[in-house]
Amino acid sequence: MTCGPTFEYGREVELPALPPQGSTDRARRWRRIRRALVLPAAAVALSGCTLPNFGASKGVTTSSRSVYHLWQGFSVAAIIVGGFTLLLIIWAVFRYGRKSESIPKQSQYHLPLEWLYTVVPILIVFGLFAATLVVENKETANPKTNVTIDVLAFQWGWKFTYPGSNALVYGQTTQAPEMVMPVNTNVHINLRSSDVIHGFYVHAFNFSRYALPGVLNQFTIRAVNTGTFFGQCTQLCGLYHSLMWFRVKVVTPSQYQAWLAGYNNPTAASAARAAGTATKQQISSIVPSKRTTSKGDN
Amino acid sequence: MTDVLPRPVVHEEPDHEVVHEEHHARTGILNWMTSTDHKVIGMSYTVTSVIMMIIGGAFAEIIRAQLASPNGTLVSLAQYNELFTMHGSVMIYLFAGPFAFGGLANIIVPLQIGAPDMAFPRLNALSYWLYLFGSLTMLSGFFTAGGAANFGWVAYAPLSNSLNTPGSGADLWIGGLLLTGFSAIFTGVNLCATIFYLRAPGMTMFRMPIFTWNMLVTAILILLAFPVLTAGLIMLYCDRHFGTHIFSVAGGGVPVLWQHIFWFWGHPEVYILALPFFGMVTEIIAVFSRKPVFGYKGMIFATLSIAALSLGVWAHHMYTTGVVLLPFFAIMSLMIAVPTGIKMFNWIGTMWRGQIWFSTAMLMAVGFLITFLIGGLTGIFLASPPLDFFTHDTYFVVAHFHSIVMALVLGAFGGLYYWGPKITGYMLNETYGKIQFWFLFIGTQVFTIPGYILGLDGMPRRVAIYPHDPQWQTLNQISTLGAILIGISTIVFVANIAVSWKKHPAGDNPWDAHTLEWFTTSPPPHHNYYRLPQIRSERPTWDYNHPDHKTAGHGHHPQAHDEEVTVT
Repeated sequence: MTCGPTFEYGREVELPALPPQGSTDRARRWRRIRRALVLPAAAVALSGCTLPNFGASKGVTTSSRSVYHLWQGFSVAAIIVGGFTLLLIIWAVFRYGRKSESIPKQSQYHLPLEWLYTVVPILIVFGLFAATLVVENKETANPKTNVTIDVLAFQWGWKFTYPGSNALVYGQTTQAPEMVMPVNTNVHINLRSSDVIHGFYVHAFNFSRYALPGVLNQFTIRAVNTGTFFGQCTQLCGLYHSLMWFRVKVVTPSQYQAWLAGYNNPTAASAARAAGTATKQQISSIVPSKRTTSKGDN
Repeated sequence: MTDVLPRPVVHEEPDHEVVHEEHHARTGILNWMTSTDHKVIGMSYTVTSVIMMIIGGAFAEIIRAQLASPNGTLVSLAQYNELFTMHGSVMIYLFAGPFAFGGLANIIVPLQIGAPDMAFPRLNALSYWLYLFGSLTMLSGFFTAGGAANFGWVAYAPLSNSLNTPGSGADLWIGGLLLTGFSAIFTGVNLCATIFYLRAPGMTMFRMPIFTWNMLVTAILILLAFPVLTAGLIMLYCDRHFGTHIFSVAGGGVPVLWQHIFWFWGHPEVYILALPFFGMVTEIIAVFSRKPVFGYKGMIFATLSIAALSLGVWAHHMYTTGVVLLPFFAIMSLMIAVPTGIKMFNWIGTMWRGQIWFSTAMLMAVGFLITFLIGGLTGIFLASPPLDFFTHDTYFVVAHFHSIVMALVLGAFGGLYYWGPKITGYMLNETYGKIQFWFLFIGTQVFTIPGYILGLDGMPRRVAIYPHDPQWQTLNQISTLGAILIGISTIVFVANIAVSWKKHPAGDNPWDAHTLEWFTTSPPPHHNYYRLPQIRSERPTWDYNHPDHKTAGHGHHPQAHDEEVTVT
């Protein structure tokens, strides 16, 4: 979202002149309310060329980004509704403090008003629901993938295996085993648990899913950035729950293939270790680059 | 116009001396233990549950102290699991519910509808003793070799089976919860029967105060939800000890079934906890704004729709299991915001153009509104499955429901300051009350708001240490500071009781309140009323005291109404 260049502060905010003689209390109050509402709105419009993140982060997957935008949308709605309601509360508290012993008008019903604050929230709720559905369908879709990773959670660690390959990463608690996956590729995750319920949560994915014993949980992620990201079990799983860590290492597809090949071909693996990181491209030319690791889960 | 019944005079006021002596003859611990008077039982409930709140609060202070550094060593990992499990269990099972439907409702509901006692006084006494011994059973887990229950207050299977959680602490937790569950069911039966059958002449359903309405709906929810929990707990116990495999994969069972059972109770339970406090706050705001409840009937329908919807949203706690129908539970959960919003605007409408008296009770109610607004709005985020995937089991959720429950605590203290004079006959000190309010209100925000940020930054709940991310320390320390402020507020409350002990007699109606209970003496006599006013609206005491200021507006015709009264 970019700023329109034609926005003029002075035109939008009409600071009212002194009230004309004889204007009613009500008119004066309305003017005061209008000023109170217009000023912050203008401030937001001026500063809000791009929406703030409202505490969330974009993350590194396609769906983490749509979740982030949904988050922004919900935040804007919540701030408008919450700000309005808070203003009403504060206004009522400061305006209607006891000034005399007189008894105010004993009014109880105002049907149009009551209908208004019944119908408007329903409309807002359906708007939020529609936005939710769009993102949710995108996130839970299972597009065609050619990389599959089996994730097994256990007390208190993780095992990552790659069907069709000998690759296996295994680690407990603070060993934080690393799940290696290629960037810009739909990666299909088969999530299982061998004992109690665990939570597969990677903050950079803006996503979590339970690892349930006896249930195969499947989802697809597509990372758009490379890097190493921290993950942690989020569902209480016993004594060492606090330390049930893992990492996700997103690498380029060629690095990924090289890494996989390292497990299949001991010679290449030791060669890679000897050659160090500078020779990654060379290694990827040694091993076949078009491997299909999927077993056709989709 | 309809015929009006003659004034329902119940009794001539008996000789005060006689009553006095009668009471003297039965004081002492035996009198307390054998009493079936709803006020005595309600008071026992209130005192016990406030003690439970202090115990649960102490656990919370230890938890927060542990989290003040990334490598906290105050407690071990095992002790930490026990502490947060028992903190949640004590606060939810032993404080919030029993305080509301065992404590204040027990005392106030019969008074508000002009009943002499609860419908089943002995069942009521049984409820209290089940609750007390259930609480002691659950807490006694700390004295067993393996320590108290440590699987979280939700006890997810299969972590809660005998393999993963051996030891009697877990069994004592199950047993204690069964006992308090039965106590809740019996209280629910009692409240329903009382409200349906023991209303005074003229007290029609739509003349009941909102607090009584909310307690009726709460009682119905208890009857629908608690038996499910009871059944689930028995299944869990059988899994642990009798070799059934209801929740274990090895024997063909389904672990997620526990979550369905638990949350089928657990989400209505959220409203079982909340509705009584909504009712208290409604009464307080109306009385201290000197206006009738705005949108009285809308308020009742909002309560009913919250209750109805609450039975269809349990799986929003289970979005990340991947085995529930997301859109259905999303729309149902989002819809709850609508009746809750109606309530919020009705509360504001009640204050609007009133003459608000900022007593401690009213301050607590306003504090409730603001805190509940924050908790309610963040709840809408969590109703959306993609946003829940993102925040589930992080501190965002912890902060969300602590905003809600701290709002309820504000409401609870509001209720104590409001009804305390009626129950005890003496006023609580207002200066201490206001100090308590500011500590509690500011402490609540300082405690919860860092949690939202931490959750969005990825801090999971139920972790004792976070050495991989030490920059979370500052926010955790701010949160700990908030918890300390809340702790101080509780100390101020206890000091207030000590300071105002039997000092300033309250009189019958110190707040110029609306509802029937303020018509009788403070404290009310045995069987509550010597005489009753005419009940022609939901504010009989107000109508009696201010015959010229009856409710105006839609559906009411003041002129005709006045004539009616003069006829009698």
